[in-house]
Amino acid sequence: MIATLMTQHAASNDESLPSPRRLTETVFRMRESGIVVVLVVFVVVATSIQHRFLSESNLQFILVNTTVFALLALGETMVVISRNVDLSVGSVLGLSAYVSTNLFSQVHGMPIPVVFLVGIGIGLVCGSVNGAIVAIGRVPSLVVTLATLYVIRGVDILIVGGNEVVAQSLPNRFLAIPRKTVGGVPYIAIAVAIVIAAGAYYLRAYRSGRELYAIGSNPDGARLAGIQVGRRIFTAFAVSGAIAGLAGVLWAAQYETIDSSAGTGYELQVVAAVVVGGVAIFGGSGSAVGAALGALLLNTINTALNVLGVSPNWDSTISGSLLLIAIILDRLIAVRVANALRIRSAHRVS
Amino acid sequence: MGGRYCAPSVDERFHTATALAIRLGSDYVAHPAPPPSGAGGATLTSEESRTPLLALRGVSKCYGAVAAIVDTSIELFPGEVHALVGENGAGKSTLVKIIAGVHQPDTGELLLAGRDLVLRDPASAKDAGIAVIYQEPTLFPDLSVAENIFMGRQPLRAGRRIDGATMRDDAAGLFERLGVNLDPGRVCRGLSIADQQMVEIAKALSLNAKVIVMDEPTAALSVHEVERLFDVTETMRADGAAILFISHRLEEVFALCQRVTVMRDGRLVTSQLLAGLTADDLVRAMVGRDLAARTRTDHGTPGEAVLQVSRLTREGVFIDVSFEVRAGEIVALAGLVGSGRSEVARAIFGIDRSDAGAVTLRSRRLRPGAPTEAMAAGLAFVPEDRRQQGLVMDMSVQENVALASLARIRRGGLISSRAEGRFAAEWAKRLSIKAGRLTAPVSQLSGGNQQKVVLAKWLGREPVMLIVDEPTRGIDIATKGEVHSLLAQLAGRGVAILVISSELPEVLALADRVLVMREGRLIAEYDRAEASEERIMSAATGQLEASAG
Repeated sequence: MIATLMTQHAASNDESLPSPRRLTETVFRMRESGIVVVLVVFVVVATSIQHRFLSESNLQFILVNTTVFALLALGETMVVISRNVDLSVGSVLGLSAYVSTNLFSQVHGMPIPVVFLVGIGIGLVCGSVNGAIVAIGRVPSLVVTLATLYVIRGVDILIVGGNEVVAQSLPNRFLAIPRKTVGGVPYIAIAVAIVIAAGAYYLRAYRSGRELYAIGSNPDGARLAGIQVGRRIFTAFAVSGAIAGLAGVLWAAQYETIDSSAGTGYELQVVAAVVVGGVAIFGGSGSAVGAALGALLLNTINTALNVLGVSPNWDSTISGSLLLIAIILDRLIAVRVANALRIRSAHRVS
Repeated sequence: MGGRYCAPSVDERFHTATALAIRLGSDYVAHPAPPPSGAGGATLTSEESRTPLLALRGVSKCYGAVAAIVDTSIELFPGEVHALVGENGAGKSTLVKIIAGVHQPDTGELLLAGRDLVLRDPASAKDAGIAVIYQEPTLFPDLSVAENIFMGRQPLRAGRRIDGATMRDDAAGLFERLGVNLDPGRVCRGLSIADQQMVEIAKALSLNAKVIVMDEPTAALSVHEVERLFDVTETMRADGAAILFISHRLEEVFALCQRVTVMRDGRLVTSQLLAGLTADDLVRAMVGRDLAARTRTDHGTPGEAVLQVSRLTREGVFIDVSFEVRAGEIVALAGLVGSGRSEVARAIFGIDRSDAGAVTLRSRRLRPGAPTEAMAAGLAFVPEDRRQQGLVMDMSVQENVALASLARIRRGGLISSRAEGRFAAEWAKRLSIKAGRLTAPVSQLSGGNQQKVVLAKWLGREPVMLIVDEPTRGIDIATKGEVHSLLAQLAGRGVAILVISSELPEVLALADRVLVMREGRLIAEYDRAEASEERIMSAATGQLEASAG
């Protein structure tokens, strides 16, 4: 019996089972192309019901709307890959959006690049505080950033008071940023796509990027391998904060009216986008491109439901269900890959 | 770890050292005397004048109040393989962690080629040319084999980008040197322990490390893989590396090493050239006494079969395992780490789901993957890792003891701490658990007493079948004896017991029957009269198959 079992295994070994390398590549491709497939399905269905969905203005609306989330997803990806989470991004976005654009009404002729730098700087400070507490204090990031979510929002509320920044106080050139297009494609979407591509490339091709994956994959092993775990995690949080600061300024240009509630609840939508985009919530795998596609998918679905006249009351339920499906799918794939690898390496031994 | 405390008096140390020197005979010179000259080092002429590549001088390390190592010195010379032997808990791992830069010594110093060396963290050890291959490989499962080897040192191309192609080629080159067939591009998840170890060795090779520490590298390897490892080690030694080799298998020590250091209870017993010593000498030095004759107590003839395991299979882990355990019988499951022993136990209890085969307990078939059912049927499982899996470290002794028997203590859904205390006190007495108060956290107890608490917790359920994984790992010799006689008593009362142990003396002392596993298969069975260390070891390492085939 053992003998027959073994010969059966030996026979099936080379042909039917893909090599683990190809297997994982397939899964990765499956994951990102899977999102694209779901995206296309939604677009086709939505368009067949309401042809206005494919209109230039609607597509532009979706792309511009996605930029903020896709940016936040890039920063969040860096953090999640290292087996952490940053829940403060929504609050950071809100603080950055108000403080930076408020400069326009305080200083006459405020240069736009300075406003961007101030926004990024605010984010960098917030992110550094998160990173320092997580890395030096070795406190779980879930708790730390949950706390800073409230603290930063609180600071925002204290600064804003009952005020708000209104469109009239913002220069036209600033408000034009999300509306400029190049051949029909919003200028800002191209810029953000480049930033995300650069981020994804950094994570894939640079030592410090790979070390984030290593930390998320096996934190103790990373320490033993001599990786400066604290420094890397600090940097990931600082960058996530800075990106949230940048996203805050872009958000302001898009929404034109900024009060103390800007970006409330965004953190969970961003984490959802990242997970739907195939980044493992316990770190070690996933890509920034996937996360950005996740953000695009969630935004497209929300817009589609809107265009199709589905009550916005359904938004949360549908986004949540999608997240559940993504997680279940992830789990199924992980189990199947683990089993395939287990059986394969057993054959190699025998 | 019990009973060893920091800062021993000079008298005590002197006393210990003298006692050892007397007990071990003149061959053994207690620290800090230099190695005896003319002990047979034919190739090593100018013994005294050579500078060790790495030296530890008078190193001590305490964890809390417990001293892990006390005033230990060791010298690693270039071109030498240096064996470090000692029983579990002798302090070998702590020594490794100090050399690896994971822990910093409380006292004492490290010298690299005669110069002071301070290791703040693992990175600085790596920079100093020290590579450590841990017993449990510490790889990144999500990353590729090549990336695991070169993490932090990946070959770069223009713009400081990682050169993936060169990295994979370099990794392939390393594997060629090692004679291993591994795809550098595959992810590490799912690699066998032996392959993972090869990745670690490739990492050390790629570092051009001058000092290489191998912490029980052969524990999970087959004979062929061990030979390959020895060839590689020999090459590295010939290239002038200083290698610290930790192994429980003394024949390997004699086959590979030139020098040996023996540790016991956190102290250095001796450090000298290996030539002229015998395995018996080393064993005496390790245990501090002659190996006592097998101290087993008879516990009557076994009754009818309690546990029947038939053709149990978990793909890629173990295949077609069949055996039975009868009432009042102690069966030991022996085999190397990674042979599938613990995994079989986990599958029997239902923690892991088996793919095929059946487990029957008192003619009741157990559903795979259902530990609660197994418990209800009268099966108890004492896991290997008591800190992680066996105990709730922050809870009190009595809460831990009562934890598996809450249904018995419960009155109307509530648990009275008085009933809990009575229950725990009863079992603490039966197992002679030494705890100041039963309400003290279990984390304050010594390892041996913690193990008794785990046993008490399961015995409180009065199981018909008890599975114990590594019953005495890391506990002192006296308590070890108590645990052994406890198991024998249980068997005497008709409980069927399955013991998994890496320590052959323990297997031989306890078992009525010994089953040997190798690479996921049950390959030999010996009754008490037939079983011997040699037989079990040769079956476990595959020499049985080699001679048979």
